[in-house]
Amino acid sequence: MDVTDTWYVVLAAALFTIGAVGLLVRRNPLVMFMCVELMLNAVNLTFVSFAHAYHDLSGQISVFFVLVVAAAEVVVGLAIVVSVLRRRPGATPHDIAILKG
Amino acid sequence: MELAVFIVSGVILLAGALGVVLLANPVHCALSLVATLFAVAVLFIVQDAQFLAAVQVIVYAGAIVVLFLFVIMLMGIDEAENLDIEPLGGQRPAAHVARVLGLGLTLVVLLAAGSTVTGAANPATAIQSDTPNITQLGRLLFSDYVFAFEATAILLTISVVGAVVLGRPPSRMDDVAPLDAGAEPVEVKA
Repeated sequence: MDVTDTWYVVLAAALFTIGAVGLLVRRNPLVMFMCVELMLNAVNLTFVSFAHAYHDLSGQISVFFVLVVAAAEVVVGLAIVVSVLRRRPGATPHDIAILKG
Repeated sequence: MELAVFIVSGVILLAGALGVVLLANPVHCALSLVATLFAVAVLFIVQDAQFLAAVQVIVYAGAIVVLFLFVIMLMGIDEAENLDIEPLGGQRPAAHVARVLGLGLTLVVLLAAGSTVTGAANPATAIQSDTPNITQLGRLLFSDYVFAFEATAILLTISVVGAVVLGRPPSRMDDVAPLDAGAEPVEVKA
């Protein structure tokens, strides 16, 4: 049985769904970030699959940029989480509603 | 051979992803995330993206997950969370909708598998089998995509500056009293 590119795309769709459901279900801001990483990885997997299918390197270049943006996003996001948790220990994303004053 | 690699790494990938969502302890979630990221790296190698697989392991598993673990340990929020409490009203139904949509997405992919894909590969960025993957990526990155590459350099600089600014210890001027459970938000002291 041959592994076609469809298999990889289906696997990526499953990974993306798990990440999306986790983002909605979890309350811990760090775990929500991890779920965002899962979704980004699912997209990376589809990019590489299509690069493989088309013999086109543009997909891999896109993955490179997604990686860089993900790293930047994690750095800033974790800094925000740290500065919120430092003032309000045990804060959940729901508590950010305090910001509306 | 490719089938065996796909099945093994696919099972690890999905198990790790489910672990991130279902495990109560954030440290366990981070370690499950490492399993998922390694499985994705293996699938990258299978699909001839060797450089990206290496970057995936170094940047994601080596840097991002370590950053997560640092923050978990630093803030002392490594206690288990009760997963039965609904975070916000309507989020669980939204999660069910997302699940159904994801299943629909998978079905669409499966149904479309028989038909031919549209679109054509760009000959300028075609993968040449005689040149190493990293050489081709480097050439493309510093020719066609050099503007995007410079933009990401600026983005990374800005994010580092932002993290330093956000991560500073709070100065005494804007010191805010900790919020009691269930109490109204405390006013900022003059």
